[in-house]
Amino acid sequence: MIDLSTDYVGLKLKNPLVPSASPLSHDIDMARRLEDAGAAAIVMYSLFEEDVRAEDTMADRFLLNSALGHAESDGFMPDEPEFKGMVERHLEQLAKLKRSLEIPVVASLNGVSSTGWLEFSRELEAAGADALELNVYHLAADMTESGHSVECRYFDLLTELRGEVKLPIIMKLSPFFSSLPNFVKQLEYAGAKGVSLFNRFYQPDIDLGDPLTLSDQIHLSTSDEALLRLRWLSILHGRVNLTLAATGGVHTWEDAVKMLLAGADVVHMASCLLQHGPGRLFEILAGLTRWMEEREYESVAQLKGSMSQRNLPKPDAVCRANYVSMIDRFEPPAGVWR
Amino acid sequence: MSKKNTLTIDGNEATARVAYQVSEVIAIYPITPSSNMGEWADEWAAKAQPNLWGNVPRVIEMQSEGGAAGALHGALTGGALATSFTASQGLLLFIPNMYKIAGELTSLVMHVSARALASHALSIFGDHSDVMACRATGFAMLASGSVQEAQDFALIAQAATLEGRVPVLHFFDGFRTSHEVSKIDAVEQDVIRAMIDQDLVDAHRRRALSPEHPVIRGTSQNPDVFFQSRERCNPWYTAFPGIVQKAMDKFAGLTGRQYKLFDYVGAADAEQVIVMMGSGADTAEETVLHLNAQGEKVGLLKVRLFRPWSAVDLLAALPAGVKSVAVLDRTKEPGADGEPLYKDVLGSLAQAAADGERTMPRVIGGRYGLGSKEFTPAMVKSVFDALKAPLGRREFTVGINDDVSNLSLAWDPDFRTDAARKCQSALFWGLGSDGTVSANKNSIKIIGEATDLHAQGYFVYDSKKSGAVTISHLRFGPEKIRSAYLVEPGMAQFVACHQTVFVERYDLLDHAAPGGVFLLNTPAADVWASLPERMRMQIRKKGLKLYAIDAYKVAEDAGMGRRINTIMQTCFFAISGILPREQAIAAIKQAVEKTYGRKSKRLADLNFKAIDMTLEHLREIAVPAGEATGELPAMSHAAAAGVLPAFVREVTLPIFLGQGDGLPVSLMPEDGTFPVGTAKYEKRNIALEVPVWEADICTQCGKCVFVCPHSAIRARAFAETEAAKAPAAFKHVPAKSKDYPAGTHISYQVATEDCTGCGDCVEACPIHDKSNVSRKAVNMVPVTSDLRDRERTNLDFFLALPEFDRTALKHTTIPGSMLLDPLFEYSGACAGCGETPYIRLATQLFGDRMLIANATGCSSIYGGNLPTTPYTTNAQGRGPAWSNSLFEDNAEFGLGMRLAADHQMDYAKALVREMADVIGGDLAQALVEADQREEAGIQAQRERVAALLAKLKGTNPPRVGELIAVAEWLVRRSVWIIGGDGWAYDIGYGGLDHVLAQPYDVNILVLDTEVYSNTGGQTSKATPIGAVAKFSAGGKATAKKDLAKLAMDYGHVYVAHVAYGAKDVHTLKVFHEAESYPGPSLIVAYSPCIAHGVDMLYNLRQQDMAVKTGHWPLFRHDPRLEAAGDTPFRLDSAPPSVPLKEFMASETRFAMLSRSHPETAAQLAEAAQAEVTRRFTGYQDLAAGHVHEQKTGE
Repeated sequence: MIDLSTDYVGLKLKNPLVPSASPLSHDIDMARRLEDAGAAAIVMYSLFEEDVRAEDTMADRFLLNSALGHAESDGFMPDEPEFKGMVERHLEQLAKLKRSLEIPVVASLNGVSSTGWLEFSRELEAAGADALELNVYHLAADMTESGHSVECRYFDLLTELRGEVKLPIIMKLSPFFSSLPNFVKQLEYAGAKGVSLFNRFYQPDIDLGDPLTLSDQIHLSTSDEALLRLRWLSILHGRVNLTLAATGGVHTWEDAVKMLLAGADVVHMASCLLQHGPGRLFEILAGLTRWMEEREYESVAQLKGSMSQRNLPKPDAVCRANYVSMIDRFEPPAGVWR
Repeated sequence: MSKKNTLTIDGNEATARVAYQVSEVIAIYPITPSSNMGEWADEWAAKAQPNLWGNVPRVIEMQSEGGAAGALHGALTGGALATSFTASQGLLLFIPNMYKIAGELTSLVMHVSARALASHALSIFGDHSDVMACRATGFAMLASGSVQEAQDFALIAQAATLEGRVPVLHFFDGFRTSHEVSKIDAVEQDVIRAMIDQDLVDAHRRRALSPEHPVIRGTSQNPDVFFQSRERCNPWYTAFPGIVQKAMDKFAGLTGRQYKLFDYVGAADAEQVIVMMGSGADTAEETVLHLNAQGEKVGLLKVRLFRPWSAVDLLAALPAGVKSVAVLDRTKEPGADGEPLYKDVLGSLAQAAADGERTMPRVIGGRYGLGSKEFTPAMVKSVFDALKAPLGRREFTVGINDDVSNLSLAWDPDFRTDAARKCQSALFWGLGSDGTVSANKNSIKIIGEATDLHAQGYFVYDSKKSGAVTISHLRFGPEKIRSAYLVEPGMAQFVACHQTVFVERYDLLDHAAPGGVFLLNTPAADVWASLPERMRMQIRKKGLKLYAIDAYKVAEDAGMGRRINTIMQTCFFAISGILPREQAIAAIKQAVEKTYGRKSKRLADLNFKAIDMTLEHLREIAVPAGEATGELPAMSHAAAAGVLPAFVREVTLPIFLGQGDGLPVSLMPEDGTFPVGTAKYEKRNIALEVPVWEADICTQCGKCVFVCPHSAIRARAFAETEAAKAPAAFKHVPAKSKDYPAGTHISYQVATEDCTGCGDCVEACPIHDKSNVSRKAVNMVPVTSDLRDRERTNLDFFLALPEFDRTALKHTTIPGSMLLDPLFEYSGACAGCGETPYIRLATQLFGDRMLIANATGCSSIYGGNLPTTPYTTNAQGRGPAWSNSLFEDNAEFGLGMRLAADHQMDYAKALVREMADVIGGDLAQALVEADQREEAGIQAQRERVAALLAKLKGTNPPRVGELIAVAEWLVRRSVWIIGGDGWAYDIGYGGLDHVLAQPYDVNILVLDTEVYSNTGGQTSKATPIGAVAKFSAGGKATAKKDLAKLAMDYGHVYVAHVAYGAKDVHTLKVFHEAESYPGPSLIVAYSPCIAHGVDMLYNLRQQDMAVKTGHWPLFRHDPRLEAAGDTPFRLDSAPPSVPLKEFMASETRFAMLSRSHPETAAQLAEAAQAEVTRRFTGYQDLAAGHVHEQKTGE
């Protein structure tokens, strides 16, 4: 019997497969199906502070203060005592997931203001979350903000949160840090228990219709995106003392195996589950198990990071892209060039 | 601390609390100012709050008050304890059933917030006209005069009706009592239980119809016995006053509050006495006590039970030595020899005198307070003065200056009572949207609940729905507050102005008391320098303390956006010192917590932060020494009055400036007929941003004009030569269309001072700068004084341009039709209103020949509420002629206009035929046979009529005068019947259906907001499944009525669904087709509304989504097609391409259900999607499988 267990920010997981934050956890039945399919933990859909703010604006204007100053009406909606704000609904859902599942439930938080992060983190902890993933969705688009300032955002936030909550904290990172290993190390010093590599930013497209608009379609990940994760997991493995989670681009059992070989402690997935349902997780788990059996691995621990940079015979291969030789080897289809 | 059993609530809530406790069935229909009572009941029922018997009353909203009356009668007949709440026109609709209910000796209390009846004009405000119209119904009539009494009498009435079986109409003054927030001693449930005799309840139930022991009720009777039967009830009426008094006495035993059928207050040896009922009696009591303290022998007799009239009790209560009596009625019976209360008092006294029981005093009768006219202590004193005068008139009015009949009493405007002087008074000027009123209601509650002080709040609202001004009048003090009138000039120790712009517009400090405080929300660094000279002098003269805060900055810094209500509330408590500061802050925070609670802890926190920041930013401004004597400078706008038309200058402007109370009777039109086109004089300047036209990239498509709810952006074509004298900044460019002669220019002009800043024009603009997509052909820019001045000059020039030849414009295209002048402009509708563009469009196309019958509702308020009205005229002086009859009869009202027009036309034609020799055969024939379906035909007929009148001039055939008088009817009139869904789907549906069933040429425009918008969001039968509205708190469970389909069933009706935000050219086409169709036409127009809970900036997007999801399919049913052998139905929108849930998620009315009842929300969303799909399939079937996707043709 292969030992699939792994450690995730101090939580002992039965295997490394953890559905990441996605709409799937809106539905308790779906969460149960994921658990049944083998999920070792689940990251609940994110609480977005900007969503909370948008709903507040709606409630404030249209429910609580909708009067126009006209004598015939002091509002347009009935008072609804049962109305629950987004935070309360989120906390209730977290509590429901906790009650319904045996596996750990990780809360995911996307804040905007420092007060929002702190406030919501405390509440998520109180509602029973086993860990907290900080989905720092910060696009460094401000011309006056330096790279160091961007990193400080993370450090400051982490430091503040560590003072507020006892939950293990996982930082979900973007791939756009100039010195990722150094940054992750600093996060470790600041008290992060894990990092999740990498966040996928929503990337607006241009719709060429008339009028020209930005389109807001969701583009799910593909296996190609796994390569970026592979490299950085490989570089980080064994050099930092925190949990490494692979997120983005895991669609097949092969993707999952590669992430583990590169050094991931846990492997997240969302796009493949949204596309194929919970059964895909079962397939990936089965594929992983089968492959390990075939290769006679005894445990995930044995497998994990075995292909990381420091375990490679030529560690430089991870960093050197061999770009020139690769591009030279490229053969176009017949007739394209000549 | 105050006693635990006090409440600080308004009259409606106080009444509803009791009524709910003692009711099992509550049938209502919304009408101002009673709507809140039904809403309270519905809210409590939704929360499963039990009544006295532990059950939850069934609350049902009916289709009209007539329906509510029927349901009420049925519920009573079925053995339930039932009630209803209504007012005014609604009460009139109850009357037939009231006779029945009383005739059957049924225990019932109805609660009425008494309101004026529409006569020369509609008034939503308070008087006794409605209840006085019920005095013959057989209902007992019990009058409350305060919030406390409204609560107490609701219970006393219930106890009495159960014992005496006479139904009771319990009433109190609309707004003055129904909406006044006051601290009262609560009636607790044990008191209610003690007052309600269970045996009598059981007896009521035993009188129910039951097949277990059947009886028959409601028989038809013949001349032999009807009369005797009618007299059979007399003993019950004879006994009833005694039963009411017994209930009052029992109540006194339980609560210590003793009432009498006729409560006398004042000197025991009074020589002059006023007799009256309602809230004015409290004001009179305050005055009597003041005058008594000064040694005057005056008194007041408050009438509690008006029906059954008890002369014995009246005479017993009236001091023996009274020499003269003034009876005040808050109603008017034109042509009567006095009003009802006066006649009853006079009759009782005369009878007693005739019987030798007492000497006959002089009795005079007066009217006061009609339509919530102020009734002040000074007016009360003037009545006593009149009673003392040796030869006073018998009939008088008080509160107005009647210079026509000279009936009015003069009063001393400076008279104040000691009680008023002892009270602390405060006045708050705010915008309807800035939360001033809600904050003040909350402050009153805090003061009421946290102190032993008595507290009162009353709120004066605007008639506008955008940029509305509110004035909150607060009083508090150690003594009971009887002041049922506004805070008077010079009496407010605290005046707050929450909007900086008001300092120029209103005389804010007229009401400030000497030594008082003026608090101003202003961004000015140098506050003193920013004030107008008049205000500075007032501050010095009155020795006011000046405080300032930049509330918007504090709000912004605290993360509150533009919400300043708690900030200004904090300032009030911080300055006034009514409560210790810490206690006040804690109380405000507690209220914030209660409001936001579970809905948003974050918002609560932001409020807390803002409250804390307020104290740091509130500052006292030193008042520099300076001139404090001499005349106050005039308000700056007084100077502008000289350029206005006489009527506007003398009547409209004073009303607009809040000085309407001072207008004399002689300036009022005698029959309620007003000149049109007055909205353009207001220049409300309420927009923070306005659109600016970018002529260089504009394609002149006209879409911005099409969607503008306020006609504040408009287009004109003109010869380039006309622009020679244009102001330098006036923008105009050559017309792009080849339809116009060379040298034709076009201008799109914004009425900056009339725009509400909704931004819909920018949303509609399809043009983007090729180099910068964010720059459109119209863009919103912040309003500056430079922009305002420049555009004012440009607009004046634009409007003075000669009208382009209408016949040369393509009315069937958007660019062409939008060059037609709108004859509906600058209404008081909400910013981004989804209704008004339809009305504006109709006036552009047909305005010069429109007769409009308008149902009561939003469209009658923004269409016809003084001070100014938006319907206007073209250069020839023609334009829509508009009237409002009732809410329920609008279709019939319009049909009547049609019949009159048709009859007068036939009459005129007959005369033309008769005088053909004089007129000339060709002209006569052309006049009679003119084809006037299209505008060109109408123009031609107008010219013929002019020729006819010219020919008739100086001739003298028989009946020439008759023909001249009716000649204008030879021009076809376009009759439009306009109203909302509350009218068309509910209260007016019977009439609408009947009118549709007729062959007459009427155009019915239903502005479908899917909810009762004007009265505050009650469910109508147009409300879609899954939407939350009042009376559908749990989401409407049934589908929207398909009004169009019902109309189509007749076959001969032109019917269309339009949504201009989805397909403007379709709307345009429909309006042309409907108007040209020579039979009944029904246009059901999708009208996004702020009640949907979505920013009206997205009005067009919401319409588009409504169409794309199938919520609002576009179609036309044109019987002319069928006559031509084609299928009459055209489905003009594509099959749903967007899931309905996306539309539902975008509007609060749907989305809030998922926040409160997620499972129900999911079920209803599914049902709604199924319904949309079912209906669309049905329409596809109607179109016989032929989906006609209309091309825009632009």
